[in-house]
Amino acid sequence: METVKQLIYKEKKPVKVKSPSLWKQTYRRLKKNKLAMISLFFLIFMFLLSFVGPYFSPYILDRTDIAYANRPPSASHWLGTDNYGRDVLTRLMMAGQISLTIGLASMFLSIVIGAFLGAVSGFYRGVVDLVIMRLADILMSIPGLPLLLIMGAILSEWKVPSEYRLYIIMIMLSVVGWPALARLVRGQILSLREQPFMQATEVLGLSDRRKIFHHLIPNTLPLLLVVATLNVAGSILSESALSFLGLGVVPPTPSWGNMMDAANNYMDFRKRPWLWIPPGLTIFLTVVSINLLGDGLRDALDPKMKR
Amino acid sequence: MLSEALLEVKNLETNFYTEEGVVKAVNNVSFSIGEQETVCIVGESGCGKSITSLSIMQLIPESGKIENGEVNFAGRNLLEMSKKEINRLRGNDIGMIFQEPMTSLNPVYTIGQQMIEPLQEHLLLSRKDAYKKAQELITLLGIPNSEKIINMYPHELSGGMLQRIMIGIAISCNPRLIIADEPTTALDVTIQAQILDILRDIKKELNTSILLITHDLGVVAEMADYVIVMYAGKIVERGPVMEMYTNPQHPYTKGLLKAKPLIGERKESLFTIAGQVPNLAELSDSCYFADRCEHRMDICLKKHPELKETSANHSVSCYLYEGEAVR
Amino acid sequence: MKQYVLQRFIQMIIILFGTSFIIFFLFAMLPGDYIDSNLSLTPERAQELKALYGLDQPMLQRYFTWLGNVFQGNLGYSLKHQESVTSLLNKYVWNSFIVALLALFLTWTIALLTGVLSAIKQYSLLDGIVTFFVFAAMSFPSFFISLLFIKWFGVDLKILPVGGMIDTGSNSTGFAYILEVGKHMILPVTILTLLSIGSLTRYFRTGMLEVIRQDYIRTARAKGLKESVVIFKHALKNAILPVITLLAFELPGLFSGAIIMEQIFNWPGVGRIQLESVSFRDYPVLMAFTLFLSCLTIIGNFLADVTYAAVDPRIRLK
Repeated sequence: METVKQLIYKEKKPVKVKSPSLWKQTYRRLKKNKLAMISLFFLIFMFLLSFVGPYFSPYILDRTDIAYANRPPSASHWLGTDNYGRDVLTRLMMAGQISLTIGLASMFLSIVIGAFLGAVSGFYRGVVDLVIMRLADILMSIPGLPLLLIMGAILSEWKVPSEYRLYIIMIMLSVVGWPALARLVRGQILSLREQPFMQATEVLGLSDRRKIFHHLIPNTLPLLLVVATLNVAGSILSESALSFLGLGVVPPTPSWGNMMDAANNYMDFRKRPWLWIPPGLTIFLTVVSINLLGDGLRDALDPKMKR
Repeated sequence: MLSEALLEVKNLETNFYTEEGVVKAVNNVSFSIGEQETVCIVGESGCGKSITSLSIMQLIPESGKIENGEVNFAGRNLLEMSKKEINRLRGNDIGMIFQEPMTSLNPVYTIGQQMIEPLQEHLLLSRKDAYKKAQELITLLGIPNSEKIINMYPHELSGGMLQRIMIGIAISCNPRLIIADEPTTALDVTIQAQILDILRDIKKELNTSILLITHDLGVVAEMADYVIVMYAGKIVERGPVMEMYTNPQHPYTKGLLKAKPLIGERKESLFTIAGQVPNLAELSDSCYFADRCEHRMDICLKKHPELKETSANHSVSCYLYEGEAVR
Repeated sequence: MKQYVLQRFIQMIIILFGTSFIIFFLFAMLPGDYIDSNLSLTPERAQELKALYGLDQPMLQRYFTWLGNVFQGNLGYSLKHQESVTSLLNKYVWNSFIVALLALFLTWTIALLTGVLSAIKQYSLLDGIVTFFVFAAMSFPSFFISLLFIKWFGVDLKILPVGGMIDTGSNSTGFAYILEVGKHMILPVTILTLLSIGSLTRYFRTGMLEVIRQDYIRTARAKGLKESVVIFKHALKNAILPVITLLAFELPGLFSGAIIMEQIFNWPGVGRIQLESVSFRDYPVLMAFTLFLSCLTIIGNFLADVTYAAVDPRIRLK
C-alpha cells in the first residue's frame, strides 16, 4: 500500500524524494535490530577507545620499564605489561588506531577502485569489460592469503621502512579486495542500465560521465554500503594475520596482529596469556560487530526480506 | 442451487502482521458453495480474494494468520483438523490451481515426476500406474505427445500448457472441489478461453464444484452460477449471476460493471471508479468504500454497513438498501 | 550445453595463462633470491649460479622458459630443501589434503543440516543460536582460535596433543599409527571446519529461505504432500544447486585457510612449507605452491560451472 503512495510521490519529484526516504526507512528498520545496534555501539566504543583513550593513559606508548616487565594485570596496569615493561592496554589502544585505520582505508581504496572499474565495465561493456573482468578473474583465482604472502615478501625484500609499511599494506589489501567489488557493481550496473530511467538519460543526451557518476553509481550505493562494511571486517582479519606472521605491520608500530606475535614465544604463550588473549579477543569482537552490523544493514536495505 | 452446501465459510478472518501494522486481508467473510456449483469471487487486486482461497487450503504465507471463523468442508471444520488430515484432503478432495503456471511447477523435476506425486500419495497407485494415469490426464487435457511431455521440464513448456498440467494435477484424484485462483490472468487471451473451456468440461464430467477467483467480469459471466464481490477484505455484495448483472445494487458492483468495455459500444472514455483501495492496515470505522462512493451519506462515515439479504440469495452491504429509518 | 562448456573452457585457459603470468611477474619483482642473500658466496660463484638457474635473462623470456618447464612437470628446484619442488609438493600435499578433505566433509554435512533447519524454523530459538555461532565462526582470526584451542585442550586440559602429526620420537605402526595421527588431527580438522562453516551455513539458510517462498513449494503443499517431502524433496534440491558452485571454491580455500593453522600446529603440510619458504626466501617453492593453489581454484571453478550446468535442467537443455 505504501509503495503506491511512494509511486505517486515519486512521479512528482523524481530524484530528490527517493533517497532520503530509503535511508530513513533503513535507519528505522536498523534501529529495530538489537544485535546490529549493540554492534554499532560497540564499534563506536572501540573507535573512542583507540583514538581518544590513549590521551587518558598515564603510560606513554613506547616507554619501556624493564623493572616492570611481564607483570600480570593489576590495578595500575589493567592488562599487565609486556617484556619491555610497556602497558598492554595502552599498546592495545594505539594498535587499534593502526588496525582500524588500515581496515577503513583499504576498504575505501577497494571501493573506489572496485566501483569505478565495475561501473566502467558494466557501462561500456565490450572490450573494456572483457579486459577488466578477466583481470578481476585472474586476481580472484589466486587465493588471498598466498597473494598477500607474496606481496608481504616483496615488501620485506624492498626493505620498506616500518612507518611506511602500513600504507603499503592498505594498498595490498585493496589489490586483493577490489575484484569482488568490481564484479558486484558491474552486475548491478548491467541490470540498472536496462531500466527506464537510464533510457531517459539517453533521451536527455547526458554525458557518459554524468550517467555513470550521477545516475548509475548512486543507485548501487545501498549494496556498496553493505559490502563495504563486510569488507572492513575482512581487511582487519587479513591485516592481523599478516602482522602476526611478521609480514604486515612490524614493531615498533603496534597492531593487534603483531601484538599477538607474543604467542609465538613459548613462555609468553603458556605463562603470560594477558599478552596475546586481549588483542585476539579485540580483533574477534570488532570483526563480529562489523559482520553483525553489515548483516543488519543488508536486512534493513533489502525490501524483499521485509515481512 | 438448493443442493447441499459442500463448502461453507463462516466469519473467516485472516490478518497479516507487517511493519505497518495488522493488515486485515480477509475481514469476516461468509459464503457457501453447493455441490456442482461454480462460485466466483471478484474484486480488484489486493481485495483479499486470493487470501480467502488460500485460507481455505491453509496455505497462507507465514506472516499471515487465520484469526477466526470456520471452514466446513463436507461437514467438517478444516481449521480444526490436524496437519495430517489436512494433507489427506489437499490435492485429493480439494484441488487447487494457481495464477502463475510458469512458477508454480518445480523447475528441477519433470512434469511426470510432479504429476504422479498426488496419485501415489492419495490413490496409492504404483509408480507405473501413476505414470500411466498421468499420461492419460495429459491427453485428456488436449496436449498431444503425452509420452514426450511427461519427461520434459517445466521451462520447456508454454504457460498455457503448464496451466493445463496444473489442472491435470488438481483433478488427478477426482476432487469434489477445485479452487482456481486467477487461473487465466497470466495467459494470452486465446489461451484463456481454452483453459476456461477445459474447466467447464471437467466440471461436467467429474461433477465437481468450483471456486473461481478472478478480476475479469467476462470470466464471471461465462463461468459463474453465483458471484461474490469483495472490497477491502469484505464481501460487499453476493448473489446469483443473473441477478448481479441485471440488478447490481452496491455502488462498487455497479461501478465494476460500468467499467467493463462492451464490444460494439463506442464511448469517449472508459468509466473509472475514482480513488484507490484503502490501506488495509489503516482502516477506519467508516464504510471502506465511502471515500470513492458517489452516494455517500453521513452514516457511511460512522459505521461499516452489515451484509443484509435484499432478495432471495442476494445480499448487499450498503446503507442505500437498509430501511428508511437509517436513511 | 556443448557450446557453453567449450566457451567456459577457453575462458579457463585464458585465466590460467593470466594467473601464471601475474604470479611470475610478482616473483620477478623480488630483488633478492636465495643466492643474493647467501653472503658466503663469492660474486663470481653467485654469477655462475645465476646463469645456471637462468636468473640473468630478460623477464619475458624467463616466463616462457619457466612455463615450458611447468608443462613438463618441472616446477623448479627448492634451494633450501635441495630437492625438486615437484617431489616436495608430492611429499607434503597429502598431509594437507587429508585434513582438508575431512574438514570439507564435516563442513558440508553440518552446514547443510543447520542451514536448512534454521531456515525452516526462521526466527526460532534454534535459528538464533545457529546465527550466533555462524557469526562467531566467521569472525575468528584463524591464528587466535588455533592458539586458544591449543591452550585449552593441549596445555590446560592436556587431553589433545599440541601439535605435529605424531608424538615426538614415536615409531608406532599399523593401527596404533593411524590412531595417533587421528588424535593429532582432531584440533586441525575442528579449526578448519570452524573457519569455513559459517559462510556455508549462511548460504544454505539464505538459499533455503528464498526457495521455501516460491510458488512451486505452495503447489507441492497444495498437492497434499507431507511437509518432509515438501522440504527435503522439493525445496532442498533447488536450494543445493547454486551452492554446488561453492564446493569447487572450498577445497583450494581450505588449503590456503590451512596455511596459518598448519604453521601453528606444526602440521607437516604444504601450508607450513609455504610459510617456511617465505622466511627462507626459498621463492621457487612459494611460487610453485601459489601456482598450484591458483590452478586448483581455476580448474575447480570450471568444473563447478560445468557440473552446475549439468544438474540444472534449465541450463542443461539449452
